[in-house]
Amino acid sequence: MSSGAIVVESHPADTLLRAERLPHILCPGCGIGSVVHTYVDAIAASGIPQDKHVCVSGIGCSGRAAGYVNVDSYHTTHGRSIPFALGIATYRPELHVTVISGDGDLTAIGGNHFIHAARRSVALLVLCINNFNYGMTGGQAGPTTPLSAMSRTTPHGCWERPFNLPFLAQAVGASYVARWTVLHVRQLRAALIHAMNKEGFRFIEILSPCPTGFGRPNDIGDGISEMQNYLRRCVVDNGIDLRQTDIDLTQQDSPIYVGDFVDVDRPSFRPQVVQHAH
Amino acid sequence: MSVHTRVPIDAASMQVPRGQVYTIPNRCKGCNFCIQFCPKEVLEFSEAINNKGYHFPIVRKGKEEQCIHCRFCDLICPELAIFTRELESAPAQGA
Repeated sequence: MSSGAIVVESHPADTLLRAERLPHILCPGCGIGSVVHTYVDAIAASGIPQDKHVCVSGIGCSGRAAGYVNVDSYHTTHGRSIPFALGIATYRPELHVTVISGDGDLTAIGGNHFIHAARRSVALLVLCINNFNYGMTGGQAGPTTPLSAMSRTTPHGCWERPFNLPFLAQAVGASYVARWTVLHVRQLRAALIHAMNKEGFRFIEILSPCPTGFGRPNDIGDGISEMQNYLRRCVVDNGIDLRQTDIDLTQQDSPIYVGDFVDVDRPSFRPQVVQHAH
Repeated sequence: MSVHTRVPIDAASMQVPRGQVYTIPNRCKGCNFCIQFCPKEVLEFSEAINNKGYHFPIVRKGKEEQCIHCRFCDLICPELAIFTRELESAPAQGA
């Protein structure tokens, strides 16, 4: 009855994307496309109308996300995606603002904005696509590059201690903290739908393969090898103490902890001056 | 890959859905995610190449009836080049 694959011209999710821009610019084996795909799938399943979603992104490979989604979207200056999003979320509280950005953009260039938006509990959903390096500029070491990992600027191995992003987000007051990888698309989709319907500052770290910037200098080969790595090493532990969730790539068998770590209720930032203006 | 630790008590009466694979070959960049992580190992690389020069996924010979519409290939595809639709009628064989 059914034969092989049927060749078609469009995808069911194309209505949520600017399909005329596809295929996107990202490398083969990169996980950012999967995150964007899961995000638009979660938009469709969230129960929130498409025109109530806003996507803000910064600079870098993952900053391209805003250009591909068919919701109101802003591609902002480097590291300033959260300030732009803060303005939207504070003045138009009926909108659901999602920031999609990379580890360098969010936690190095925009690190200060990140911690203070979380401290104020601004109503933002922040997706940090962590590929362990600055991919777009050619693979330099960033704030999440693991100890001893090779990169363009650390030819003898990185000697700086990296950020543990879920621990950081919890410490500065996020109401929801999760970490998944591009391999865990189902769990990520569920986490996105749950987080879209929550108040406060919600943070999801998504570990993504970067075969060009991170895989090649570290002998990981291609994107699929990095995904196999996640399959082998990831341990789901929702209740783990976040001090233990550092990612150590020096030991081949040390676990990478993933899960929905923090889920608490905190009211969103709503300054009185804005309430008077409405 | 399929490690079953226990069998549901209503396993005999459950109908496993059947899916049909659809592809958009010219979007594919040959990352291999869908082929590698298909739980039923339904997919393989084509002999032919698309207009960017990549081999794209096709359904493996003899596996045409095996897709269970789990949507994993759909969600994990970074290029939105593959998806499945549920077939209403017959359940999957040998699932």
